[in-house]
Amino acid sequence: MHPATATEKGTFMNELDHFQEAAKNPEGYGKNLKASGRPVIGCLCSYAPEELIHAAGAHPMRLFGTKEAIVNADGHLQTYCCSLAKGVLENTLTGRLSFLDGAVFPHTCDTIQRLSDIWRLNTDYDFFADVVYPVKLNTQSALDYTVDIFERFKKNLESWSGQSLSEADLTRSIEIFNSIRDQLAEIYRMRSKDPACLSGSLLSSVVKGSMILDRDELPERLFRLRKEIEEGRYAVPGNERKKRLIVAGSLCDHPDFFSILEESDGVVVWDDLCTGSRYFDETVDIGVPPLEAIARRYVERRRPCPAKHLSNTARGEALAAMAEEHKASGVIFFLLKFCDPHAFDYPYLKEYLETRNVSVTLVEVENQLPPEGQLKTRLETFIHML
Amino acid sequence: MSQTVSKTPPPIAMDEKMKEIMTNYYIEAKTASDSGKRVAWITSGGPVEPLIAMDIIPVYPENHGAMIGASKMGGSLCEQAEAMGYSGDICSYARADIASAVTCGGPIGGLPRPDMLIACNNICGTVIKWYEVLARYYDAPLFIFDTPMCHTDYPEESKRYVQRQVHEYVSFLEQVTGRKLDQDKMEEVGRLSLEAQRLWQAVLDTATARPSPMTAFDGFYHLALIVTLRGTRVAVDYYRDLLAEMEDRVAKGIGAVPNERYRLMWDNLPIWYRLKWLSKKFAAHDAALVADTYNTAWCRSLRYIDENDFLGSMAEGYTRMYLNIGVDQMADTIIEMAEKYSVDGLVMHSNRSCKPYSFGQYDIQRMVRERLDIPCLIIESHMIDERSFSEAQTETRIDAFMELVEEKNQCKER
Repeated sequence: MHPATATEKGTFMNELDHFQEAAKNPEGYGKNLKASGRPVIGCLCSYAPEELIHAAGAHPMRLFGTKEAIVNADGHLQTYCCSLAKGVLENTLTGRLSFLDGAVFPHTCDTIQRLSDIWRLNTDYDFFADVVYPVKLNTQSALDYTVDIFERFKKNLESWSGQSLSEADLTRSIEIFNSIRDQLAEIYRMRSKDPACLSGSLLSSVVKGSMILDRDELPERLFRLRKEIEEGRYAVPGNERKKRLIVAGSLCDHPDFFSILEESDGVVVWDDLCTGSRYFDETVDIGVPPLEAIARRYVERRRPCPAKHLSNTARGEALAAMAEEHKASGVIFFLLKFCDPHAFDYPYLKEYLETRNVSVTLVEVENQLPPEGQLKTRLETFIHML
Repeated sequence: MSQTVSKTPPPIAMDEKMKEIMTNYYIEAKTASDSGKRVAWITSGGPVEPLIAMDIIPVYPENHGAMIGASKMGGSLCEQAEAMGYSGDICSYARADIASAVTCGGPIGGLPRPDMLIACNNICGTVIKWYEVLARYYDAPLFIFDTPMCHTDYPEESKRYVQRQVHEYVSFLEQVTGRKLDQDKMEEVGRLSLEAQRLWQAVLDTATARPSPMTAFDGFYHLALIVTLRGTRVAVDYYRDLLAEMEDRVAKGIGAVPNERYRLMWDNLPIWYRLKWLSKKFAAHDAALVADTYNTAWCRSLRYIDENDFLGSMAEGYTRMYLNIGVDQMADTIIEMAEKYSVDGLVMHSNRSCKPYSFGQYDIQRMVRERLDIPCLIIESHMIDERSFSEAQTETRIDAFMELVEEKNQCKER
């Protein structure tokens, strides 16, 4: 146990406990926040322009899949649909997301595109919006179009909230989200420098928690958390000697995966995950008109989601550079079954990385992790071969 | 009445012509380098007209996929792709095409090497990933024609964005070929494309007759030219003759299915390796598939295109394609067609290869049942990976479905 483990009243809670609690029970957190009078908007992926939602006085909350059985969603989505889409739909159809005021669907893959339709047709929240991103990111017209869709999204929010969104509101929100992103990146850097400062499963709950917790409080929380990490409160001695790895994929909502990996003598020092660095990668420029600045972050980021086209080899280059920068000798692709964009990229990324002396392995998951023994054997074998 | 011509109908005469045109087309494409022509690979819903106007030969990996499927070579090519690391869960067209590119396998020994690649995401996001694979493999320039999904409408900003890309597309082609686009020729190609689309729609409309002179299965075959050669005189002439033949059949009361009693509608891509089997299976129940959402996909957005300003209006036509609209609009389309063609049942192919076409089918099915009260059947497969198909299971389901259709019809007759 940690020295300052939470008491019953929570007086001596570690900062990390807040992240962990939120990560364990996002719905509970959302419900409480809603009860306090704050509207809550569900966000489907890391491309949801959270600054705009926040500036409109609402709370952007990331939606995840479910560990519960899929019952209702099976009546809308076939067996060959990924667990994220099914889980999100299951959560809304069973009423577990009834605290939401609505949701925003950024355009990503074919599945989320149809999930948006199915959600729109089968739920009756107050607010609903598609943010139909361009699929290519390398042209001026795509950038201009992105500014346009944010303009539309801003109007959607304004007509829903009944308040106009000023430039000052937006700038204030941008500053808050920039601080969150900077600090998450800083925690990642601390951990890349010293993997023994925090376990991988706790780090994953920090990122997940950051997608759930009240953003107004979050910069302070992250600041205190960094201090606690620096003090060595969460130290896991031995991690510094483990094989340094990168994990890449869409989302990984399985903290156990990181524990099993660390038990197998490996440690993740950076990631390319939608529930990881893609959430906080790169900040929004200040001093540029806000919508354009936000658009630029999404369009110009060097590590895009694979459902978007930056160049034919952008992801290979980014992963190779990441491995080099963080001295990782292997990349674990943690992919959701039926996730097409990642499945298409895998063979080329494997080849691209292996020719650059970075080893690669694939873990494919549906709803649950593979049985622990089996997963551990695979990971150990991979790690020992490094 | 159909009873008077209960024998198997004569084969469609234009079948032979189609074979000849497609053979010539592939010979021309495969010998393009000898004739100094350039080859562009393009997605099935992509804006092909500028290519035709610039004398670039368009080649369609999806049409190639269909040929692979019809030749029952999809399973082995897909297996080869899986050996390369591609998941068995991704589109079987893409898997087979990627494997064929590497191994020169398939019914025509692979497609001619592309000088450029054109991917339009109005049919799916999969083509973006698929064409990235091709672009890396062939080291060929890739142009993405990005058509934002029209979930509920076609907003102004999409309009501006796609229109700008029309110009970017033309510049791309001019840069790759080193030639200027001839505007007059472009407009002529645009007119021919629209004419072929109108004729194709007219051909499909002949299936409103009872008995229907053709089925969707015939359509899947005759569709090849509207995909590959729209914008050419060849396609226009072909569909004019095909229309005449269908009209003649209607006049003579020749039905594609002897004793047509039930009329069905098909949704999604064909199961290419089971066309004949399915066609016979339904015909044995005196059921004709008279309408479908796939054949009509190439003429559904005709209404958005201005014949006198093709380049200025094609953006909307290509963006508002059947697969690029919301599930509720798709249901409306299906219901409208079901009424137009007087169908008694809906057969949905739940296609593991095509998520944007298949996810939402359960909701569409519910909407159709609520508004039309017709039975619906769902058959699952990967469109050209025959390893995914369960004959016994499909057969049982078709039989049970046809019983329902028969029952419903008897109730109606009473």
